Amino acid sequence: MIYPDSKIVLEVRGLCASVNGTEILKGLDLTVRRGEVHAIMGPNGSGKSTFSKILAGHSAYEVTGGTVMFEGQNLFDMEPEERARAGVFLAFQYPIEIPGVINSQFLRLTYNTVQTHRGKEELDPLEFDDYVREKMKLLEMSPDFLERSVNEGFSGGEKKRNEILQMAMLDPRLAILDETDSGLDIDALRIVANGVNQLAGKDNAIVMVTHYQRLLNYIVPDYVHVMEAGRIIKTGGKELALELEARGYDWVGAECKAASEAAA
Amino acid sequence: MSATLQNLVNQPYKHGFVTSIESDVAPKGLNADTIRMISAKKKEPEWLLEFRLKSYEAWLKMEEPTWPNVHYPKIDFQEISYYSAPKQKPKLKSMDEVDPELLRTFEKLGVPLHERMALAGVAVDVIFDSVSVATTYKDKLAEVGIIFCSMSEAVQDHPELVQKYLGTVIPSTDNFYAALNSAVFTDGSFCYIPKGVKCPMDLSTYFRINTEESGQFERTLIVAEEGASVSYLEGCTAPAFSSNQLHAAVVELVALDNADIKYSTVQNWYAGDEKGVGGIYNFVTKRGLAKGVNSRISWTQVETGSAITWKYPSCVLLGDNSVGEFYSVAVTNHYQQADTGTKMIHIGKNTRSTIVSKGISAGHSNNSYRGLVKVAPSATGARNYSQCDSMLVGHHSGAHTFPYIQVANNCSQVEHEASTSKIGEDQLFYFAQRGIDAEAAVSMIINGFCKDVFQQLPMEFAVEATALLSFKLEGSVG
Repeated sequence: MIYPDSKIVLEVRGLCASVNGTEILKGLDLTVRRGEVHAIMGPNGSGKSTFSKILAGHSAYEVTGGTVMFEGQNLFDMEPEERARAGVFLAFQYPIEIPGVINSQFLRLTYNTVQTHRGKEELDPLEFDDYVREKMKLLEMSPDFLERSVNEGFSGGEKKRNEILQMAMLDPRLAILDETDSGLDIDALRIVANGVNQLAGKDNAIVMVTHYQRLLNYIVPDYVHVMEAGRIIKTGGKELALELEARGYDWVGAECKAASEAAA
Repeated sequence: MSATLQNLVNQPYKHGFVTSIESDVAPKGLNADTIRMISAKKKEPEWLLEFRLKSYEAWLKMEEPTWPNVHYPKIDFQEISYYSAPKQKPKLKSMDEVDPELLRTFEKLGVPLHERMALAGVAVDVIFDSVSVATTYKDKLAEVGIIFCSMSEAVQDHPELVQKYLGTVIPSTDNFYAALNSAVFTDGSFCYIPKGVKCPMDLSTYFRINTEESGQFERTLIVAEEGASVSYLEGCTAPAFSSNQLHAAVVELVALDNADIKYSTVQNWYAGDEKGVGGIYNFVTKRGLAKGVNSRISWTQVETGSAITWKYPSCVLLGDNSVGEFYSVAVTNHYQQADTGTKMIHIGKNTRSTIVSKGISAGHSNNSYRGLVKVAPSATGARNYSQCDSMLVGHHSGAHTFPYIQVANNCSQVEHEASTSKIGEDQLFYFAQRGIDAEAAVSMIINGFCKDVFQQLPMEFAVEATALLSFKLEGSVG
């Protein structure tokens, strides 16, 4: 929801980045305020997933220009784990499997690490068990999730629910959902979206990266951005997503090109 | 991988120091006279000198094994001193009489002996270099008829028991290093649990090699009579020397009817520096004979040290329904090499064995599992389950598996499972994105990987092992 005079959570200016010498982001601008839900859409290879990984601090990407401020701090001065503790959360497109590490132990470590950083009490295993089971109800997860290895042998839908469960536990300032709808059947999509909607509030912000309009039927964005060739080339309201669904992406590029030629 | 991973593993050896206690060192070299000298110094009976000389004769005709997947310069056995004893003071009756310097050594190792004994109720047979200098809790154990002492004392006080069992599990002709050990062993531990006695506490020995260039040849013998049981802990560290030290121990276990022996090891000898210079050569022969019906031999080992490890704690399952177990975690880093595993020899009917092996290789190290499961024609109804998992850390380490399975009857069941995994950058990024730094992440992944083995360790050993692994792998991932 858009609140007047809400504080800026994320401010991206002229962001350029490359991987293995290939430039992927070419001057990206984006401002996200508390309470807002943003959707970034665009064709394959436009740089959407790269953008979300750069915000989280993945070492494979090199930032070559521009600035990113998170809650008034230079994001690039922070290590990936510091960003997470400060409230940047990335729901992975492909959550990583960690064989041998029990989900409940992993969840408790991450919860307690972030809590400690925020000057709050840690939970012992019994307290945490109560806490996490309550959160799991939100996502209609069965308790046996806790006893399994992290993401190992999980179905696509189970992995995504495990991601949103962690989002619910860690209470981030900025949640980036990278293709969260991919690999979800319609029931799982409804459950995951319902979870996200309950977590959205006036103190946090959500950036969804997605191919398809489908997810946006469930999580209604305040802004829709179209990304192409490493830049945001058009921004609109939720109706823009419907237009993209109907007409594809090509017309946005063409319109944009015509506009810049007219300006010249 | 990033620089953090590199820094995590590359920590200097904490226990690198030499204690200055005067040693009584034999001149370098090995011949029949050296052996006579050792035997005379230790005032041994004639039969033991004969055992040594026979072993020496056998050793002369044997060749150093070249089949292990390890590489090192040829050892000059004439350049080694075969005897080194701290200058003997009068026999000590209590820990208070132990050289304070020696006690400080244990302090540096982070194992304050007195505290450990008091807290854990562990009887510790302190081995410093090759001669025992203090034995504790002996009286308490003696009340229930348990003999727990140094091998030298056992030879003097219980010669009939030593003579009855020494070399019966591992004959002196078994292999090159066992033959060498049988010829020149200087000390070790002896443990005898009489019929029907359950040992009331874990028995523990700390080994330590302290004299530069001195080979260490320990000899351990544990006998559990009918219905007896014992849990034995062996832990080792060694000071940092620039030249390699040879360690060729022999451990023999004998379990009679319904007896149970559990033998746990945490090994953290000097592994050489980050360039692979120095470190201990650990060529060990360990074998248990499950002689009686329903007997059980269980080996648990956490191998983190030594430049080269060559070690296969094995079980000969002779008694019907006897059980053999091998649980192992082997960690190698930098240029360490480990070729370790087990042999399960099924002879009795309905014998069962379990092998769980976890190898972790970091840096430029190589880690091999080598195991034999052999089922004799007589071992009808035998069962084996083996699980061998390898984990690679970084891009330059190697993991190898050499399983040998020989089954000579058609009514046995043998299962072998193996896996290889890698701590990937993506896993660490996932942890980081949840606020967990690389060190904590590696520790959690490794502990998850090893938990099937760690849960076999006695409680306080398990805690130590967890800390040791995190410490060994600090800086290796990143």
